[in-house]
Amino acid sequence: MFGRDEKPSPIRLTVVQYVVLAIFLFLAYGLWRLQVSQSDYYSAAAERNRVREVPILAPRGKILDRYGRTIVDNYPSFTALLMRDSSRDLNSDAPLIAQGLHMDVKEVRDKIRRFASLPQYQPIYLKEDITPDEEAFVEAHKNELPELDTIMAYRRLYPRKGFLAHLIGYVGEVSEDMLNQPKFELYNPGDVVGKSGVELEYNQLLMGTNGSRQVVVNSHGKEVGEALDEKPAVPGKPLKLTIDVDLQIAAEEAMEGKNGAIVAMDPHTGEILAMASRPTFDPNDFSVRIARSDWAKLVNDPDKPLLNKAIQAQLAPGSTFKIIMSVAGWQEGIAQNLQVHCNGSANFYGRNFKCWVAFEHRVHGDVDLTKGIYQSCDVFFYTLAEKLGIDRIAKYATALGIGQRTGIDLPEEATGVMPSEEWKLRNFRQKWFAGETISVGIGQGATAVTPVQLIRAISAISTGGRLVIPHVVNPSNLPQGYVEVGRYTEVKNIPIDQNGWNTITDAMSRVLLPEGTAPSAHVPGIDIAGKTGSAQVVSLALRAKHQNNQDFAQNGWFVGFTPRRNPDIIVCTLFEGGEHGKLAARIATQVIKAYVDKQKRQPTSVAKAATSNRKVEIGALWTSSGEGGPADKLNGGRIQVDLSKKAPVLATAAPGLN
Amino acid sequence: MPRNMSLRDFDWVLVAFVLIICTLGVIEIRSATLHTKFNGVHVKQMYWILGGFGGMLLMSVLNYQMLLEKVHWMYIGAVASLMSVLVFGQKYLGARRWVKLPGGNHFQPSEWVKLILILAVAKYFADLQNRELSWSDFVKAGAIVGVPMLMVLAQPDLGTALTYLPIAVVGLFLGGISWKQSLAIILLAGLAMPLAWHHLKDYQKQRLVSFMAPDNDPRGAGYHVRQSEIAVGSGGIWGSSSGSQTHLAFLPEPHTDFIFAAFSEEHGFVGALGVLLLYFIVLMRLTQNAQTAPDRAGTFIVMGVVAVLTFHILVNIGMVVGFMPVTGIPLPLMSYGGSSVLFMFLALGMVMNVRMRRFVN
Repeated sequence: MFGRDEKPSPIRLTVVQYVVLAIFLFLAYGLWRLQVSQSDYYSAAAERNRVREVPILAPRGKILDRYGRTIVDNYPSFTALLMRDSSRDLNSDAPLIAQGLHMDVKEVRDKIRRFASLPQYQPIYLKEDITPDEEAFVEAHKNELPELDTIMAYRRLYPRKGFLAHLIGYVGEVSEDMLNQPKFELYNPGDVVGKSGVELEYNQLLMGTNGSRQVVVNSHGKEVGEALDEKPAVPGKPLKLTIDVDLQIAAEEAMEGKNGAIVAMDPHTGEILAMASRPTFDPNDFSVRIARSDWAKLVNDPDKPLLNKAIQAQLAPGSTFKIIMSVAGWQEGIAQNLQVHCNGSANFYGRNFKCWVAFEHRVHGDVDLTKGIYQSCDVFFYTLAEKLGIDRIAKYATALGIGQRTGIDLPEEATGVMPSEEWKLRNFRQKWFAGETISVGIGQGATAVTPVQLIRAISAISTGGRLVIPHVVNPSNLPQGYVEVGRYTEVKNIPIDQNGWNTITDAMSRVLLPEGTAPSAHVPGIDIAGKTGSAQVVSLALRAKHQNNQDFAQNGWFVGFTPRRNPDIIVCTLFEGGEHGKLAARIATQVIKAYVDKQKRQPTSVAKAATSNRKVEIGALWTSSGEGGPADKLNGGRIQVDLSKKAPVLATAAPGLN
Repeated sequence: MPRNMSLRDFDWVLVAFVLIICTLGVIEIRSATLHTKFNGVHVKQMYWILGGFGGMLLMSVLNYQMLLEKVHWMYIGAVASLMSVLVFGQKYLGARRWVKLPGGNHFQPSEWVKLILILAVAKYFADLQNRELSWSDFVKAGAIVGVPMLMVLAQPDLGTALTYLPIAVVGLFLGGISWKQSLAIILLAGLAMPLAWHHLKDYQKQRLVSFMAPDNDPRGAGYHVRQSEIAVGSGGIWGSSSGSQTHLAFLPEPHTDFIFAAFSEEHGFVGALGVLLLYFIVLMRLTQNAQTAPDRAGTFIVMGVVAVLTFHILVNIGMVVGFMPVTGIPLPLMSYGGSSVLFMFLALGMVMNVRMRRFVN
């Protein structure tokens, strides 16, 4: 018992004092650990906090046509941001912000709410791709709305109305799946890369390398002071295509309102001069993030606007295949002597196979190879097919590239199908029935080609056996070592008998004459050789029953070139639902005409010489008067003109004067 | 001034050191908030200090014996005020700590309750007749502190609730707790841990986790710990010339919870150690006042203040150097905040109260 005044044990008091001392020594140790012992480490960490690398975006390379004309470019796009580190009440500013940025107030408030849970240093992206007046609004309100800011990025500017859309492709942010692939492992999330077309195929060239700036930032990411170090961005390199914009315009105009594809190529090199697919889409929709509803519309459209039909549509070639049949038949020594009588149909293996003339209540009569081509007689080619057998047909077709990818420098090319005994065994584990060969002879059955495959095969035939690899970029326009140059310039030679070549191409040039299947596509003054095809989608009988069903309509094909041997240009058209090849022919010949017209407008060699060395030598014939009359004598000579002296402008040389 | 007391009895030395610490605090607050939206709060802090000083004078005038006699009423009042917070309190930052008073002011009872608790505990142990604590004494002491603690815990305010503990601990220790009883507490605490963990709120759990492994989530919960360590460490021995972490807003709450980190960054090891020394001197001075107290109750009062002060310093500076998890407990006299400043000065007032009557019998 002790009184109120007895103090607590002094020992215990002292213990408390020592405990306090121990605590303070503990804390002092804590300070020592950070400030003396590991001071360097923390100083470095402090530096890292405040010095940041800010990327300098590299603009993507432009895409040009073969003459250097710009097709795809970049434009600076501004995004409006809302910074959240200030003490301002964002919600009360929302109406003014919404008004200035032409947004709905509710939308602005929604965004503020959705971002509320994220760290404060993350700004809110209000609106992308703002217009100049919206930009001006942000600048003008720097005092009243300090939390509003803009950030710039380059965006792709594609031609309008889906011009060349499929070949060019579009860009987007690299996806997670892509990052996992070894091809893309050097890319970072958020990088903009090509997603289809040449944007994808040549992404490495177009992309460029971002630079960086070392800046001092505070914890809100706001730059403070000047940049410490700068590494400039390496802009992407421009890509020169083999496309000729003039021909492309002609091709797109010709395909207006129709579904299908059109390809124009240089038969000597394989350079693609024009390529269009319909229906098309607008790649500008993808530049800024594409709206989900727009994407769904594109993906669900039964006409498949995202498909590049020139390289991805795999359809029966129809009668265009007969040219390949002709070559096979000639090389095997059968076709040149084959004579057939066509009275509308023929029987093979117990089945009756009709010729298309039967539906017009006509007959072909006696048919040889030439007539078989320009009149597209089915009976002739049924017979030829039966005599050749599927394996010989497949041999020649495969040699000409049917059933394989052409190797064009665009992604996702389709392979097509060339049936054969081996093919059927491998894919269906069934034997080939001889009866199936018959329909293959006229380009039906299991045969499926892409327009670019077909044009390559026919091109080889037209040049007497020169099998090229179609491509959209000339490798000489690419930097050293970018691709294997040989890949596109390698040309295979398919042996084709000279006489066969002449006969077949002559027959093809009669297709557009009155006796042929596409006389309405004839263009005066141009020697076009070609072949029409009307490829059935369903059997003719079924088609006759459902005349009004557009889904059953035949596809119209046409492949044509000018001149008839060693041509300068070859064009292939696929007109989906066009019913007749002659309609496809009309489309193709429009492009050929555009090409020829353009050639005619080129300066002649005389004019070219005139511009380069100012001295021209021309040969001339003229008459002069003689004993017999005013135009009795014929004189010839060479005239040298020195154009360095300014002469009055004369009429340009007439076309064809060389 | 009653007779037998004079201004000389005022512990001017203590006041001097306290004011030095306060001044350093104000300077650091100003420096830390210079370019932020809190610019100018150091002026407010000075007003609080001034007010606190006045409160301290007032507190020292009242006779503490008189206060002790009324302590039962005050205790009831304290519990009632805590109850009112739970019932009427407004949620702010996810916790109910304040009650809105007419006139737009806020009233945070938990700080006042601390003062009353010190007095209550002092009275309780002073009245005990035995040299050692019986079990029933032990339990009763626990209840005195425990009840308000649980109420504060329910707000929820784990940090402040924990600051009541040292009062109990010191009281028990000086009151004559035996080894067995201490062991019992430790065992109980050990058993209660898992239960406590289960009842912790997510953010509290996260704070503990991030304390153990701050780099797991450097942008989230581990952020404060990491940033504080970086700020302090980059101060080196003499202080960082740029003070970048504080000034570029990498250090969170530089004027409140992390004021010591801001100070350490700017003044380095030398400065930080200096401040520690100042606090230590203050505490030793307080203990001296406890030793010269006229009676048992007085000793308990002063040691209660010592306990609370030490606990705050341990938890706050411990947090700043990365030894303790983030708790939101302010650094007395330096952290910006009216409640904390007022509490400290009133507590010091009570100490003055005891000291000035040391010759009275």
